Amino acid sequence: MNVIEFDRATIGIGGRDILVDTSLAIKQGEFVGVLGPNGAGKTTLMRAILGLLPPRAGTITIFGQPPHRGNPDIGYLPQVRTVLPDLRVRGLDFIASSVHGERWGVPSLDRAAYDMIDKTLAAAGAADLGTRPLSEMSGGERQRLLLAQALLGEPGLLLLDEPLISLDYRYQESVIALVRNFARERNITVLFSAHELNQLIGALDRVLYLGNGRAALGTVDEVVTAPVLSQLYGSDIDVVRADGHIFVLSRGRSVEQADHMHDDGHAHGHHHDHGAHA
Amino acid sequence: MLEYDFMRNAFAAAGVAAVVSGLVGYFLVLRGQTFAGHALGHIGFAGATGAALIGVASIWGLVGFTVVAGIGMGLLGERISGRDVAVGVVLALALGFGLLFLHYYTAFATQVTALLFGNVLAVDHATIAVLIGLAIVTLGGLAAIMRPLIFASLQPELAEAKGVPLRFVSVAFLAIVALAVAESAQIVGILLVFALMVGPPATAQKLVTGLWSGIALSAAIALAEAWLGIAIAYQTDWPVSFCIAMLSALGYFLTRGSFLPRRKATQ
Repeated sequence: MNVIEFDRATIGIGGRDILVDTSLAIKQGEFVGVLGPNGAGKTTLMRAILGLLPPRAGTITIFGQPPHRGNPDIGYLPQVRTVLPDLRVRGLDFIASSVHGERWGVPSLDRAAYDMIDKTLAAAGAADLGTRPLSEMSGGERQRLLLAQALLGEPGLLLLDEPLISLDYRYQESVIALVRNFARERNITVLFSAHELNQLIGALDRVLYLGNGRAALGTVDEVVTAPVLSQLYGSDIDVVRADGHIFVLSRGRSVEQADHMHDDGHAHGHHHDHGAHA
Repeated sequence: MLEYDFMRNAFAAAGVAAVVSGLVGYFLVLRGQTFAGHALGHIGFAGATGAALIGVASIWGLVGFTVVAGIGMGLLGERISGRDVAVGVVLALALGFGLLFLHYYTAFATQVTALLFGNVLAVDHATIAVLIGLAIVTLGGLAAIMRPLIFASLQPELAEAKGVPLRFVSVAFLAIVALAVAESAQIVGILLVFALMVGPPATAQKLVTGLWSGIALSAAIALAEAWLGIAIAYQTDWPVSFCIAMLSALGYFLTRGSFLPRRKATQ
């Protein structure tokens, strides 16, 4: 069964089309790495799937239905995450706020809902974060909490927008492994956007490369090639394979590295790339 | 001291306003919008003096102006950068208008001190009834939007994706804050609404990290400070608003102190 289907879909924001006339299908249980240069539309793609951005042409189908806001089958970790550094609210209440948080009235969660939160926190290795206030968590711990929240309710589709940003290398590996195992055990489809391909290679089934209004979906061997990427980046790209790693180079320079350095300077403010979400 | 009617009135009025301020203030602090609350008080000053000028009870001018201003602030947008600058400019303009209205209605000048700094000892039964009515509306509104309000305050990006109307929640909340400011201003005055709306919730958030315990504690601290402030004023003959403001600051700085463990985690 296809979880995500784009049929000649065009999506864009403002005066710019991010994806033009694109058709693709992603099956249940697939782990898809979403890659591409900055501004290629990774976030926009996820917002379209969430129903926040109707397609300008063509159709998008999610679980056999048009995208709609508040789809409970989708777990989402946004890239722009408002960080309230002084927030003295414990992790449990932070997460619980998202459970039916769109309903009116005074919040009320039953025992079963709290049990579900506890179970998910444990599965995400974040059981100890429930009682601690966010103001006392490190960046990595906050990320783990947000990841646990995205997994809450075992959605059929996980949209993780740059979950590795501002994490150190060791911790990035554990996030990838956690998502991979959680999704595989439950046959969950994952869209995982990232800057670097190499860390994801072991985890992903297919890769979705975005750029220049186009998308290329396929296995790493099919997509991460000089001709395909040159078209997506709009410049001459070399792909060098060495020792199980793949390096995407533009004029001898790693394009991922360039993106990454750009991000390191801004990621902590979390207002980076904000224009792309408006 | 409870044998005097005016003291009983003072305790009743302060109690109602303090609980409302503590509850609404918790969310104001949670959302980092305390400056908006401060500005609403100043805008209320123009409303109160303007109402007096056209012969309307000043509390209705206060309520009307703060609510309209609150809705306006909410409509200006969730994430306008430099929002604080806009609020600051409007705040100064409102005080200016308040002064202009006073200029044309000099008979009101004697009440200005009460408006700015509160006069809880002069509260009558009618005012208490108005305060209770406002409290019911305020807390009813807060209860109605509480769930999406918490979600949108803690995680706006996810809340939007899940279908929370951020703009509406923001506007509705500021209208509720406006009502709470009008309540609070009756007790401690427009210039000292922070004492009841920001001090207690900030203190509560230092003490506990649970959402519900924080909300309850915020209301309890506001109530305790308001009542204790009146009692101290009765004994010392100091102004009530000074006593409440002092207790509010004392509570905040005591809990802020370094004797509470403050782990600074590293990644």
